[in-house]
Amino acid sequence: MDNTNKNILIVGVGGQGVLLASELLSEVAIMSGLDVKKSEVHGMSQRGGVVSSHVRIGKKVYSPIIPYGQADILLSFEQAEGLRALDWLGPDGQVVVSRTRLVPPIANFGKFSYPDDPVADIQKKTSRVIAVDADRMAHELGNPRLVNTILLAVASKHIGFARDVWDEAIRKLVKPKFVDINLKAFARGCELAETPAKR
Amino acid sequence: MKKLMSGNEAVARGAFEAGVKLAAAYPGTPSTEILETIAAEYPSIYAEWSPNEKVAFEVGIGGSLGGGRTLVAMKHVGVNVAADPLMTFAYTGVNGGFVLISADDPEMHSSQNEQDNRLFGKFAQIPILEPSDSQESKDMIKIGLDISETFDTPVMVRMTTRVSHSKGIVELADPITHTQTKFDRNTFKYVMIPGHAKVRHSVMLERLDKLAEYSEQTPLNRVESYGTKLGIITGGISYQYVKEILPQTDILKLGFSFPMPLKKIAQFVQSHERVIVVEELEPYYEEIIRAAGMISVEGKKYFGRKGELSPYRVAQGLHEAGIIDKVAGAEYDPAQLFPRPPVLCPGCPHRGLFAILKKLKLTVTGDIGCYTLGTLQPLEALHSCICMGSSIGAAIGLDKVNGSEQGVVAVLGDSTFLHSGMTGLLDAVYNRSNATIIIADNRITAMTGGQQHPATGYTLMGQKTKQVDFVALCTALGVDSVRTVDPFNYDETMKVIKEEVERPGPSVIITTRPCVLMPKRIMDTPYEVLLDVCNGCSACFRIGCPAIAPSKELTERGRPKAEIDPDSCTGCTLCAQLCQPEAIVLKQPAGKAK
Repeated sequence: MDNTNKNILIVGVGGQGVLLASELLSEVAIMSGLDVKKSEVHGMSQRGGVVSSHVRIGKKVYSPIIPYGQADILLSFEQAEGLRALDWLGPDGQVVVSRTRLVPPIANFGKFSYPDDPVADIQKKTSRVIAVDADRMAHELGNPRLVNTILLAVASKHIGFARDVWDEAIRKLVKPKFVDINLKAFARGCELAETPAKR
Repeated sequence: MKKLMSGNEAVARGAFEAGVKLAAAYPGTPSTEILETIAAEYPSIYAEWSPNEKVAFEVGIGGSLGGGRTLVAMKHVGVNVAADPLMTFAYTGVNGGFVLISADDPEMHSSQNEQDNRLFGKFAQIPILEPSDSQESKDMIKIGLDISETFDTPVMVRMTTRVSHSKGIVELADPITHTQTKFDRNTFKYVMIPGHAKVRHSVMLERLDKLAEYSEQTPLNRVESYGTKLGIITGGISYQYVKEILPQTDILKLGFSFPMPLKKIAQFVQSHERVIVVEELEPYYEEIIRAAGMISVEGKKYFGRKGELSPYRVAQGLHEAGIIDKVAGAEYDPAQLFPRPPVLCPGCPHRGLFAILKKLKLTVTGDIGCYTLGTLQPLEALHSCICMGSSIGAAIGLDKVNGSEQGVVAVLGDSTFLHSGMTGLLDAVYNRSNATIIIADNRITAMTGGQQHPATGYTLMGQKTKQVDFVALCTALGVDSVRTVDPFNYDETMKVIKEEVERPGPSVIITTRPCVLMPKRIMDTPYEVLLDVCNGCSACFRIGCPAIAPSKELTERGRPKAEIDPDSCTGCTLCAQLCQPEAIVLKQPAGKAK
């Protein structure tokens, strides 16, 4: 198999902006002259179901789906979804997870329970975990919907590409009204990536 | 210029570059974005949402007869609805090029079945093209239209969810100018009375011979040769998975898969020690190849015939076939964690309706749309769902065999009713049914992401238009009792449903409230739970609103009290109406809290 491809799996819950994050990442790859494929399934994405987006970057990409167990980076906007997707991660993979906790109604009826501490469960399986309190940061920035951009910025340190390319992609793809706040959120995430103690 | 495009966006681009003049569709995942993109990006193409796929196909036939290049798009099950015109249009052939997009949904990400429409193409005896990425999706629209005009036949371009919704880099080109030929009043060709159709059937069979020859020659069916003893025959998305796992193995890639290039395949089979077919869903290639006498060719026994393939599943199959050593990892078992099924959104107008139907313990035949989610926990108030428009016919039949003591209720959405519910309602009137039909009218095609339809007042291209009046329509069909009610008013809706279920003869209840997400997101002041008043009765949990969750605070008896997420509550009031101790109240602005 061609191991030069970089595989990024982005997961979350419908409405969290998984698709925008994978669009931004793909755009950055294209602007950097690389081949890219990304894959996700639409349809239920706005109805609180699981949303996942596979992004593969390299010289030549065939499958739009990441081969199982070969994700280099698992980026999760919700803790339990990070746990759910953990087996996609490759042996040296990096997890970047938001401490966001979205308990589905189904967990209120006794049959299923939401794990007490999904981040701790992830940490039991791999040491390469960055957990971010992105909800709080998004609220501080004034918009709870910025979790995706903050997390993407934290992960960008592990994905690569120059900072100005990321900013350019945000200007290109985000609705004009929300460009500034997303640039701020991205900057905030980058700061955080540089100062791990503050997480 | 290069651009990142989904398969669906690439199809739209292909239509533009090929000079398509008319495009028609009914929305359906995974096909919806094709027409949305055409309408948004390429205004030179006339694009419409038709009330259903049959009408879309027929509008397409008209476009082709008029000499314009035409594209119609639908999901796999939409082709069932359009099957009637499809099967006979295959006899008449085209004037302007005609491409049918069938977007299949292996794995049923958003569908009620996973039928393989390559079998439909073969059944209708029309050429099938199978793109395997976005670039090919664009190219095959252009090639498909050329084939359509050269061979005088409609052409199927068969997409799958992974091709439609994956994005890849596409090289853009300038549009061509297609020269339109005038409508030719050739009744022998276009009026399918038996005498004419007999002649056209022969023409179609002759055309198939020519297409079989084309299939041998076209570069769409290509051999990638590395000199291996093993050969793989594959097409569509499966090709990408095979390349991922065996990048240096001989492949016969089928891009034009009906009629199959049997000579090319025979040559490939003869020149390899072992040949394996890798294809998603049905053994379509495999059966044709084996029926042609090449019985050493294997396939489905290693890969199965249900669900989506993936790099993992292809690797596993190749491992079982003894071709590769081991497969990394084990198949992930999602059962180890709680499921997260899709749910009705916070503030969804369907929620109260299903809470009432559950409370009344009614038998409910359902339909295709967001409201099908009313079958899931905790609402569990929808008891059948087969296909678009099926709820009314099913309610009539159920009522006829079981009597009507408890009353049978059909629930379907506004767009679904206009798609194919109207004829069912006519049957309810004509055949004196006692069924109660509820049209859950949220004024949008919601499940597929918010498309216009004949009752929204706007066309796909954004023009204002007539808006269907459901009350007038149902009354005109002969329903004596047609009532509208606001589903946010729990008690009133309950009363109306009770009365109409008890009333003999068919009745229609229209619940009117716009979708909370589309066309614009509705966010009113959120509600909050007064924890000192909440008695932990869980009535609010039982409506399954994602904004309501158990809080950490417990009652004296150890039951969790409720809390409401202010970021997702839309202020619909349903939970407040159901809260006996009146613990759910409008959220006070920060600072004013008690």
